[in-house]
Order: sequence, then structure tokens, then C-alpha cells
Amino acid sequence: MKKNLTAWLCLLPAILFLGIFMVYPLFDVLVYSFEEGYNFASQSFWGTGIYNYSYVLHDPFFIQALKNTFIIVIITVPLSTGIALLISLELSQIKVLRDFFQTVYFLPYVTNTLAVGLVFMILFKKTAYSDGLISILIQFFGGPSVDFIDGPYAAKMFVMCFYTIWIVMPFKILILTSALASVNEMYYKAAVVDDTPKWRIFYKITLPMISPMVFYLVITGFIGAFKAYSDEVALFGTDLNAAGMNTIVGYVYDMLYGNSGGYPSYASAAALILFAIVFTITTINLMVSRKTVYYQ
Amino acid sequence: MKNKTRNVIIYALLSIWAIIVLFPFYWMILTSIKSYSSYNSEYVPKFIALSPTVENYVTAFTAVPLAKYFFNTIVFTVVTTGMMLVVVVLSAFAFARLDFKGKDLLFSLFLSLMMIPNELVIITNFVTITNLNMRNTFSGLILPSVTSVFYIYLLKENFEQIPENIYKAAKVDGTSDFRYLFRVMIPISKPTIVTITILKVIECWNSYVWPRLITDDQNYFLVSNGIQEIRENGFGRENVPAMMAAVVVISVPLVILFLVFRDKIMEGVARGGTKG
Repeated sequence: MKKNLTAWLCLLPAILFLGIFMVYPLFDVLVYSFEEGYNFASQSFWGTGIYNYSYVLHDPFFIQALKNTFIIVIITVPLSTGIALLISLELSQIKVLRDFFQTVYFLPYVTNTLAVGLVFMILFKKTAYSDGLISILIQFFGGPSVDFIDGPYAAKMFVMCFYTIWIVMPFKILILTSALASVNEMYYKAAVVDDTPKWRIFYKITLPMISPMVFYLVITGFIGAFKAYSDEVALFGTDLNAAGMNTIVGYVYDMLYGNSGGYPSYASAAALILFAIVFTITTINLMVSRKTVYYQ
Repeated sequence: MKNKTRNVIIYALLSIWAIIVLFPFYWMILTSIKSYSSYNSEYVPKFIALSPTVENYVTAFTAVPLAKYFFNTIVFTVVTTGMMLVVVVLSAFAFARLDFKGKDLLFSLFLSLMMIPNELVIITNFVTITNLNMRNTFSGLILPSVTSVFYIYLLKENFEQIPENIYKAAKVDGTSDFRYLFRVMIPISKPTIVTITILKVIECWNSYVWPRLITDDQNYFLVSNGIQEIRENGFGRENVPAMMAAVVVISVPLVILFLVFRDKIMEGVARGGTKG
């Protein structure tokens, strides 16, 4: 009996915090999303139903956010995973300077997204004083002058994806280099004895052996990219709707707070739609993996 | 010969990525030591600062309350991490060493909470904190970020690897549970606890979304919100060198932390980080 009491006392803080800030909100967000015409000031609503969902799905800002988020996901997840794989393979083949490169590559992980985003903005932005370093470089090679921050949609999307990849690479390189390091040397030695060509070693040995980790990165990459938000703010400022660069998560927060805020019901509906999308994609990913990933 | 060309290509490609990673850091430091007038007179920015100056750093600390943002972030980070450690250690201890009714069920419930994305619960938390009148307070900032199910799980696994015999021997000697926790379990699990602490510190230092929702009073801004504020309203908008000085000041603590604890951090992130 006394033992029971000690255990529950130890768990009490965790249960309290999780209950108030995770379990209760989980139910509450569902309730909010079905309360129509919820008024934040008087905390009253006039009906229940699916109006919030329908409103969100017909909101042009949400459609824009949906489109932006999908473009970011489709471009950054394959590209960052591919480049990370390439870099890790190269890293695994060198000895000199390897530690140095690994340290450098990890730096973006420990930097403040908002702060470094400002540097990217300066590099890409056109001002009255200067076209911005990147634009000047492009012009040097005969290209047109582009404003990547306030200019055409494609240019903004390019910076966005570039910055996102820059931010997510450290984690991917780290995971893949440790996966590559854990492949048993014996397999490679056997392959060399058999005189197997290099590309064949990669496809038949390396890739299958690290496929669980590649797959782990694809799943977490999808989830992370769908939740993109801070990186966008870092580049384009807090008014993402005006810049046309909002994301789903950004839409949720804008509905909740700020100049366009005060609508927790719309925010809840949008958050649940996001959750449904992420859940569906992750399920598809898991189904694909069962066919393609090699587990030892 | 063939090997040599291959090596050259490998090092060339690796160097390109290293330059892409390092360039923004170089650029922020470079710009931060250029004077306001020289920065604005360079249509094509120069890659070296001919007459370096610290005036921007002075501006960064005097024109905007950068020191205040810094102080707030340190308070937020230390208190959040400290409270998190207490909560996590106690729960991991209960799950790993103590027996009680419903232990397995409760632990599965905890684990299932790991799947809940933050975006889903943040809406209600925002309303809760607002209704409790805790906007623009440290408690409002800190309380929702205190628990982490994942760290409880990580530490519990670690605690369970400590042989049960030691526990029994301690019991025979009449050692109390808590004395055992502090004298045996925590010292043995120190590496994991250090890892958790560092990961949480990084998370706190960079957190942006929650502080933005919950604070609109500059006196409670953390560095992330501070930098956003500086970008939108500080230094008369166009003083880029001063902005970069602020960016350098904000980036330095974590870069130093990383260079000191490099192996710990990379090992910890490989085990438990999820960013990307």
C-alpha cells in the first residue's frame, strides 16, 4: 500500500501536466471544431455541426496554405533525403577531415531558425541599396535580377525550399552516417573478393542494409515538412498570408492569434484536417515500406 | 590514378556543402562588423570588412532590449529544463523500479501520447493560459513545455538496465527509495540525463511558436520573438549590420554549447532528436 502511494506521488506531476496540457486539449480541440460561430469573448456558440470544416476548406487562404505546404513537402523531402544520402556515402569513404566535415554539417541543427533565417533574407532580398548577393551573382552569370523575398512566387518558393533543406540536413546526415557506419564490414569484404562492381555493392548491400533508416527519415521528413511554419516566418515575416507563403500550421496560428485571430474553432478544424493528412500520408508510407524496406 | 580523381571529386562535393552551410555564418559575422554607412554604400557587397567596427554590437544592446530578451530566454531555459528533469526523473523512476496497480496500462497511455502532434493541443493550451490570465508571465511560458513523454521513456529504459540486485541489496540495508534514486540510479544514468538536458536546452533556446502566442509584451519576449520584433520594428528597419550583430549574439551561445559537447549532442540527437 505504501509502495503504491510512493509510485503515484512520483507520477503525480507528470500526470497533472500531461492531463492539463495534452489529454484535455485533445478532446477539447474536437469539441471546438464542431462548435459553430464560437465567440472567444463571450465563450458562447450558436450551434454544432461541420460548418467550421466547410469554412476552412472554402477559405482561399487555406487553399493557398495547403498548396504551399504540399509543394514544400514534395520538393524538400526527396531532395534533402537524396542529398543527405550522397553526402553520407562520401563521408563514409574518407578519413582525413571527416570529423571536421561532420561538425560543420551539424551546425544548422543548433542554430536559431529565426536568427539564421534573417541572414538568408538579407542574402536574397532586393533593397534600395543593393540587389542582394545572390541576385548579383545570378546577374554576373548573365541572368535577370530577381527579388527572392518580395518577388515572383517561384522565386519565393525556391528560397523557402532551399532554407528548409539547409535546416533539415544535419539530422539526416547524422542518422545516415551512423547507419552506414553500422553496416558489417564482412559484406563489403565478401563483395570485393567476388569482384563485385561498385554500383552493384551499393544497390545490393549498402542500400538494403540502411533502408530502415532511410525510411525512418522519409517518414519523419514528411511529418516535419507538413508542419513547416517557423522557417517561413523567418524568411517572409509574420504576415504570411500577405506574402502568399502561408502554410497549414501558419493558417492555424493566424486563426488563433494576431490580426486575423480569435477563431479557435476554425483553427481547430484546420489543425484536425492537417492531422488527417499527416496520418494518411504516414499510413501510406508504412504500407509502402512493408514492401520495400529490408529488415534484418 | 583513378582513385585520386575520385578522391578529388569527393572532397570537392563535400567542400561545396560545407561552404553552403558555413556561408550564412560568415556573412552574419562579416556584416555585423561593417559600419552602417559602408554597408549601405556597397551595391556589390564586399567579402571582407575593411574597417571593422563594434558599433553595431553596441547598437544591438542599446537600441533594442536585447539583453532583456537574453535574460528572459535564460530564465525560461533554466526553469523549464530544471522542472522537466524533476518530472521526468520521478516518473521514470516510478515506471522502472516501483510496483503499483495499473502500471502497464498507464505506461501504454503515456506512450500513446507521443503520437499527438503539438499543433493539435496548442489551441486549447492557448485558450487555457489566456483564461487563467497567464499571458505575458513566465508560468504561462513554462508550464506547457515541462513534460516530455519521450524523455520519460528514454530514461525509464536506462533505469531498467541497472541490475535489480543492487536495489534489493540497498533495500536490505534499509536504504529508502529516494535515497537509492539519488545515490545510485541518477549517478549511473548520468550520460542519459545529460543528453536529455542538452536536447531540452536547445529546444528551449530556439522555441518560437508558443512564446509568440503567449507573449505580446516585449518584457517577456524570448530571443526568437525578439529577433522577429527587431526585424519588423527595430533599428528603423534598414539597419542590417545592427540586425546581424543581434543575430550573432543570439547564435553564439548554442554554437559554443555545441562545440563543447559535440559528441554528446550528436549522440543524443541520433538517439532522440526529431527535427526535419
